[in-house]
Amino acid sequence: MTETMTMAKALNAGLAAAMDANDRVLLMGEDIGRLGGVFRVTEGLQQRFGANRVLDTPLAESGIVGSAIGLAMRCYRPVVEIQFDGFIFPAFDQITTQLAKLTARHEGTLTLPVVIRVPYGGHIGAVEHHQESPEAYFAHTAGLRLVSPATPHDAYWMIQQAIESPDPVLFFEPKSRYWPKGEVDTAAAGSTLHASRIVRPGTDVTVVGHGAMVSMLMDAAQLADEEGTSIEVVDLRSLSPIDYGPLLESVRRTGRLVVSQEAPGNVSIGSEVAATVAERAFYSLEAPVIRVSGFDTPFPPAKLEGAYLPDVDRILDAVDRSLAY
Amino acid sequence: MSYTAETLQLLAPDGTLGYTEATEPYRARIDALDDGTLSEFYRQMAVTRRFDIEAGNLQRQGQLALWIPSLGQEAAQVGSGFAARAQDHIFPAYREHAVGRLRGLDLTRIIAMLRGLTHGGWNPAETGNFHLYTLVIGSQALHATGYAMGLRFDGLVGTGDPERDAAVLVYFGDGATSQGDVNEAYVFAQSYETPQVFFLQNNHWAISVPVSVQSKTPLFHRPRGFGIPSVQIDGNDVLISYAATAESLDAARSGQGPRFIEALTYRMGAHTTSDDPTKYRTDDEVAYWKARDPIARYETFLRVRGASEEFFAEVATEGNDLAADARRQTLAMEPPPAESMFRHVYGAEHPLMTEQAEWLARYEASFGGEA
Repeated sequence: MTETMTMAKALNAGLAAAMDANDRVLLMGEDIGRLGGVFRVTEGLQQRFGANRVLDTPLAESGIVGSAIGLAMRCYRPVVEIQFDGFIFPAFDQITTQLAKLTARHEGTLTLPVVIRVPYGGHIGAVEHHQESPEAYFAHTAGLRLVSPATPHDAYWMIQQAIESPDPVLFFEPKSRYWPKGEVDTAAAGSTLHASRIVRPGTDVTVVGHGAMVSMLMDAAQLADEEGTSIEVVDLRSLSPIDYGPLLESVRRTGRLVVSQEAPGNVSIGSEVAATVAERAFYSLEAPVIRVSGFDTPFPPAKLEGAYLPDVDRILDAVDRSLAY
Repeated sequence: MSYTAETLQLLAPDGTLGYTEATEPYRARIDALDDGTLSEFYRQMAVTRRFDIEAGNLQRQGQLALWIPSLGQEAAQVGSGFAARAQDHIFPAYREHAVGRLRGLDLTRIIAMLRGLTHGGWNPAETGNFHLYTLVIGSQALHATGYAMGLRFDGLVGTGDPERDAAVLVYFGDGATSQGDVNEAYVFAQSYETPQVFFLQNNHWAISVPVSVQSKTPLFHRPRGFGIPSVQIDGNDVLISYAATAESLDAARSGQGPRFIEALTYRMGAHTTSDDPTKYRTDDEVAYWKARDPIARYETFLRVRGASEEFFAEVATEGNDLAADARRQTLAMEPPPAESMFRHVYGAEHPLMTEQAEWLARYEASFGGEA
């Protein structure tokens, strides 16, 4: 069955489905209950499932994640909302030194199925600490899984798959994509949680990205097509682990790769993708892998975000540079 | 030192038992202890101390990377640990060897960790719900609070069934009271009325930093500001440690919310074997606390009650046997295979773990020996 809905609504429906399926699933976060979250992703869920399953927590991110760990030890499956990307750092210690490592420290006798939802990224004109892309900090830590849906369909299914995962999952929600509508097939997921996917076939250049970048890559591909360049678009979907199969297969055909992300380029997910493709597909490459990223500055004031964030023009510029080799 | 007018004590340093108006409510719990239990308090304290000394020796002889002595804190640990029921969960910091032993932990598992063989060492489900040690100071306070939230959500609080109602007992030190996580744990515990006892062992030193740097006010006053009832006890008195913890755990299990105990004790040894306490504390201070030793005063108490010379000799033998056995086991502990690094990092299959484990095996095999 296919329905048209926003990503925010798809996440809401996915969370409700997971809570219906398993009464050990509970939601925790700031303002997620009565208010339904600052982005309304959890709207109506406290009314429906009660205050013991949708917890309006005290305002303390480390406290939220730390107590979620304890709940997971008691066989709950907590889904934590961090209100904004830049507010995750008070919980950084609990996430990286505790949540990520406790399964290994228990030598397999304990799993920690904690999902941490993180609205992330720019394009919403918000104040400082509200537009960042901190995924690389967490991708560097063993024991965590990271995913980011680009469409309402993926959001609906990936949140349920993340909740089913025995491992901690950081679930990065591209907040600029909360509101555009898309088709959601509520009967079939189509992909597993950590699979990457070719979302537009092409022959000349491969472009890859995740989250909000994917729709921009699709726009760029459409424009390039009108000018006679065929771009293949890969949606990474999973940032840790990264599923390199479809990407390498694509690069072996096109010989060219442009990697895009909103995050700063230095020591980033895009850097890792570029390095791995260079290692594994060296003889297929006709041009160096090119990264299109946010600059290595703090995320700027909102009026400058247009100059900071990669856009269609910067993607097409990189495609042209790749084709010029 | 840091005793206050409110410090609860049953057993004076000279071994005499007495009650005041403040401690009278605990009399019934002490009166209910039979001779066997009173003897067991001593046995546990003395045997763990003997083991602790042996483990320190093993470190000095190069068999352990590190040892974390519990010397001097046995009464705080044994008394509180005894108060927990089988269904309760214990979240230790990293010095609660005596509590672990009470819950059924084979203490050589701690040695395995400090010998560098594992970051964990035991499965809490098999060690009386005694959870793993946590080396990041205070992080476990939040895990304990979350676990206690779960107990409440699961309806395991306030049913009146002593076999069913459960609580969480979490240990931490004076240094940890400055951590944000510990203070956030107070907030969450109070908000969700968790069945939980915060057990602070104030041993007066966070490595080289005295407790006066952590707080200018008595530490047991702090949780009161969060709305958590608290008491301060003489942590070198095993009887008040037992009685106060039993009282607090009962309140927590019955649904009255969290409780807090500050046990005043003293770290007679170094922070760890990597530490040199002579650089920062005086001989006078150590002598002051040596005169308040938890085991010596309890031994006096038992002797006055008529405990036999044979009993003390038997406990000494048991301690020596445990120490010798620990030494034997330690020397036989071999490191796990290198590929074990890749196991259990994740609960489900992960491509990097598979690829890197295979790479390491191929690399090792490339030298022509065994992989």
